[in-house]
Amino acid sequence: MTEDEIRPIINKLLKKVAPETEPEKLKPDDNIQQTLAMDSFDYLQFIIGMDEEFGIKTPEEDYGRIMTLRDLLGYVMKIKK
Amino acid sequence: MSVVNSHTEAVEPNLIDYDALLSTFSWNEAYKDFDGLPNGGGLNIAHEAIDRHAAGLLKDHVAIRWIRKDRAAKDFTYHDLYELSNRFANVISRLGVGKGDTVFTLTGRIPELYVTAFGTLKRTAIFCPLFSVFGPQPIYERLSRGEAKILVTTLDLFTKKIKPVIERLPALQYVLITDTESHADKKVLSLPLLMAKESSTFTIPPTQKEDPALLHFTSGTTGMPKGALHVHGAVLTHMITGKLVLDFHPDDIYWCTADPGWVTGTSYGIIAPLVNGVTNIVDEAEFDAARWYSILQDHKINIWYTAPTAIRRLMRMNIDPAKQYNLEHLRLILSVGEPLHADAVHWGEDTFGVPILDNWWQTETGGIMISNYRNMPVRPGSMGKPLPGIEAAIAEISADSLSIITEPEKSGQLVLKRGWPSMFKTYLHEEERYQKCFRGEWYVTGDLARRDKEGYYWFVGRADDIIKTSGHMVGPFEVESTLMEHPAVAEAAVIGKPEPTIGEMVKAFVVLKPGNAPGEQLEMDIIAHGRKKLGPAVAPKEIDFVDSLPKTRSGKILRRLLKARELGLQEGDLSTLEQP
Repeated sequence: MTEDEIRPIINKLLKKVAPETEPEKLKPDDNIQQTLAMDSFDYLQFIIGMDEEFGIKTPEEDYGRIMTLRDLLGYVMKIKK
Repeated sequence: MSVVNSHTEAVEPNLIDYDALLSTFSWNEAYKDFDGLPNGGGLNIAHEAIDRHAAGLLKDHVAIRWIRKDRAAKDFTYHDLYELSNRFANVISRLGVGKGDTVFTLTGRIPELYVTAFGTLKRTAIFCPLFSVFGPQPIYERLSRGEAKILVTTLDLFTKKIKPVIERLPALQYVLITDTESHADKKVLSLPLLMAKESSTFTIPPTQKEDPALLHFTSGTTGMPKGALHVHGAVLTHMITGKLVLDFHPDDIYWCTADPGWVTGTSYGIIAPLVNGVTNIVDEAEFDAARWYSILQDHKINIWYTAPTAIRRLMRMNIDPAKQYNLEHLRLILSVGEPLHADAVHWGEDTFGVPILDNWWQTETGGIMISNYRNMPVRPGSMGKPLPGIEAAIAEISADSLSIITEPEKSGQLVLKRGWPSMFKTYLHEEERYQKCFRGEWYVTGDLARRDKEGYYWFVGRADDIIKTSGHMVGPFEVESTLMEHPAVAEAAVIGKPEPTIGEMVKAFVVLKPGNAPGEQLEMDIIAHGRKKLGPAVAPKEIDFVDSLPKTRSGKILRRLLKARELGLQEGDLSTLEQP
């Protein structure tokens, strides 16, 4: 999958958890949870949603490595090559 | 098979014989361990936590090690904190803050929060920390009810959460911004600029142990949050529980993961470790499983006080932390916030070589009341036994009476005999609400519990509709009031829906005004409204649209019935239901 394919899905999933936010305005190096004022449970729900959407299983120990959009896109693209 | 934890065995517990201490312990005797202010000036938390250490052998000992989000660590010695808190006390004195005025913080876990806490206590003003994840509405409610005179916050939080409500806070005289170098106007000032101009010496005025010191807001079933007020004498509970429960020893490195916006993060994330002269780790970042393990390893943490929500997240990991990280220094792990299930206690034992010790207390009690102890056999799933000095019981309560249940294994209200030093002294401006918490000599906690034959207490549930989510109390009324501000909402009722990671999730049942049709778009719109106003820690995560809400004949919403229906349980006594 390409970045252009993944990004809208990520936006949609973030919007589902935090509908008051504008994920499309996130910059590549923004900390997603912090910028969108999500709590830890929101972020967990987002990653669970992402796992379901992409058919992957992100282990808890990797959560800290995918806190920015750049890292998250890189992470998904690597798995979905 | 359990891993072997050699560090555990090398340090003898402070509490060797629980039963012996239970019969001899006296709070009045324990007060004698304090230095007190010079020249008989009384008892001040900041003096006991900072100044007496800064004037003694611990002067250059690290009091707080602050780990920034980028993982760089900055140490503050007891002497550093002594000077910084003196400067802050001078800053607020010059701004006109006097005894009994309230100083609030709205920040993440940054050094200014800790400096503000102790500087405020030195000025004999009242310190009230707010959880920075709150939305503007809960922040406004608390600042308003607490009559905040000064607020310390960051530029970002000020812009997002204070600016929209500042005009509605007439008592708020100054906002001190931690990360600007110049004053914005006469009201919004740069804290660094003010601090730089002040002296690093300050004489704490005489302080009585009954003088107000700390204000923590907690949620009730009805009405808006209540401000539980604690006094300087509470520091005795912090010191004693630090010794007996947290088992502090000289040179210990301790980490409490709670945010000071909640009472655990203040009593045990600020005061208890410093009163006991140990090194307190403060991590600025939010939960991150891998980061947490590396902090435990890299900073050689001995004692770790955390919460079931975090423990359940760590249990999800596919790693063996004892193999991947060097955790040889860790000798004690404790948990609070909601009951710790037996499987988590066992997981702790298998993973770290020590069981995770659960304990129980609440905002009103100011400190740990019932606990498991290092040197006492743990009954997994139990909250443990009362702290020496605390008399707990199970009781049957009516509107104006109480009878103690002596029979073991019978459920009832958990009650505590009044008189311990950190017992709340009032709900700010709500004395009647305060008095309702007592039946004679007993404080009624609102928690249901049972006691087994050996005296261990077991949590059964809440006696009211308060929601416990991620270890935090959420009052349904506060959430319902906000939801009803949405133009499409006619009525709302909020419950705690059981959720395996965070205990309970805030769930709302909504009746729409005529002309509005239920649908995903409207659901998202109402959720967005709640999150904007309340913040993610309080706002509902899930909404169900319903045609009507079950109510009593007098019009009170029957939340317990909604919860029973949600869980598919028996609906219980419906005799007062309006439309059965």
